[in-house]
Amino acid sequence: MNYAKILNKIMPVLLALLCLVFCYPILFLLTGSLMGTDELQDYLLPVYAETAKGYVTWRMFPLYPTLKHYVELLLDTPEFFVMFWNSVKLVGGILTGHVLIGVPAAWGFAKYHFPLKRLLFIIYIILMMMPFQVTMLSSYLVLNRFSLINTHGGIILPAVFSTFPVYIMYRFFCQVPDAMMESAQIDGAGPLQIFFHIGIPMGSGGIISVIVLGFLEYWNLIEQPLTFLKSKDLWPLSLYLPEITSANAGIAFVSSVVALIPAIFVFLSGQDYLEQGIVASAIKE
Amino acid sequence: MAVKKKSHIMHWKLTGLFFVLPSLTGVCVFLLVPFLDVVRRSFLGAVSEEWVGFKNYITVFQNGAFRLAAGNTLRFVAVCIPLLILLSLFFSVFLQGKVKGSHMIKMAFLVPMAIPVASVVLLWRVLFHGQGLINGLLAGHSLFAEHGLLTGPGFGTTDWMNTDYAFGVLVFSYLWKNIGYNIILWSAGLAAIPESIYEAARMDGAGNVRIFFRITLPNLWPVLNTIAVLSLLNSFKVFREAYLVAGDYPHESMYLVQHLFNNWFRELSLDKISAAAVLVSIVITFLVIQLERRLGEGQ
Repeated sequence: MNYAKILNKIMPVLLALLCLVFCYPILFLLTGSLMGTDELQDYLLPVYAETAKGYVTWRMFPLYPTLKHYVELLLDTPEFFVMFWNSVKLVGGILTGHVLIGVPAAWGFAKYHFPLKRLLFIIYIILMMMPFQVTMLSSYLVLNRFSLINTHGGIILPAVFSTFPVYIMYRFFCQVPDAMMESAQIDGAGPLQIFFHIGIPMGSGGIISVIVLGFLEYWNLIEQPLTFLKSKDLWPLSLYLPEITSANAGIAFVSSVVALIPAIFVFLSGQDYLEQGIVASAIKE
Repeated sequence: MAVKKKSHIMHWKLTGLFFVLPSLTGVCVFLLVPFLDVVRRSFLGAVSEEWVGFKNYITVFQNGAFRLAAGNTLRFVAVCIPLLILLSLFFSVFLQGKVKGSHMIKMAFLVPMAIPVASVVLLWRVLFHGQGLINGLLAGHSLFAEHGLLTGPGFGTTDWMNTDYAFGVLVFSYLWKNIGYNIILWSAGLAAIPESIYEAARMDGAGNVRIFFRITLPNLWPVLNTIAVLSLLNSFKVFREAYLVAGDYPHESMYLVQHLFNNWFRELSLDKISAAAVLVSIVITFLVIQLERRLGEGQ
């Protein structure tokens, strides 16, 4: 038996195990969200009570499943709804901006020549790479000037002009054949007509994948709201992070599950586009 | 005729700019112009706002926290990125073959991308706490204990987040979160290699290993550059988990440049933060231009 054969025997098992490890967090959160307060306390006591002896234990499935914490979160925690709504507002605003402003920009970069195009596109790529912290001070300066500190606009506007979606959609639009545009032009179509009737339909996969990638990114917004939003009633769900204490461990699990649901929904319904979007960033046509 | 053709091109030139203009305006207002202001500030004193030349840059380089943070960030990148690239290449080469359900497996690897950071943090606390699940498993696991492996005083009492292991936890989080993304990137690269090249090599009697090193790897070279840059881009995002798990001042092995920027920002050390921002952007610009040049050659 040579190495390749051994590898072929081991790899499926290894991959199956890894898949379990990768997806286990979802099961873990679900299990925890269905446990009662007493059961959670039994298992998690060492994490939140420093004096407790022994280790955390866990079960694959809850011993006494209950929806008590879901009811509690949905009925008695108004601030959770405020944050959920804030998240929807922020993500919705940002993604709408990406479609309205980023899509035409990507089309312009992909299909037309204009002065300084190459330089501008390299600047876009450099800006895309910058971590938030590097541009934190410049963002603060500009938001302060426009009095956007502590408003949702102050989170949405800079994110709308993120250059990453332009970079991804650019790759999709590059695949639209020039010949198609030329024949449309000969038939008398103007640039806007070409954009709406050829560009958008042919690049729709790119637009959807940008929305999926963008949703997963902005649903997890941490640094921007933490830096620029001072009032907690403006915070998005991603900052709703209750400490694990004996009183609210259940709520922590349930809120995690509720935050997870939209992300998983977008992930599952957009998985093919997600794959296309990732691939588009790698393959230069 | 020639005149007509020229005006046609001019028309197209302005059309392109017209499409890009809304985005470009926003990018200038929200990113570019304020960044130039930061560059200007990096040469000014913090309070007096008078010209101090390169003094801020010297202060930053001499700052112990900056050295620690820059060192950690470089170490993180140097450990994580090669590890991520090799692991994901290994898996995608395997998945490239006729593996049943390879699409499902790829999607399973992508799932961590969808799990909100806050939920990850909850899990990390339960796993890596001093009395958490991992220590519980290690301390109680009969297999290890019976063989006298991994036992001894203090075994199972490692506080993962407050010792040098914190760095390892960070590396693990990064790999867990990004391996699916990279597997898809590699798979795309692999799929782009024409089957006919493989067939020709097999006709010549080349073995699997030889084919991998002589054909697969060289053909993946152009993809590698993009993968490296995107992995770097995503490596900056590991800060989210690090910050939510361990706060402003985590264990020093995971004190990253992002923590430092955050803390300087809170202390209003505008002189230091400006100089450091300029330094980091110079490094990033250098990397991007290298990439563009190499990809340009490949075309």
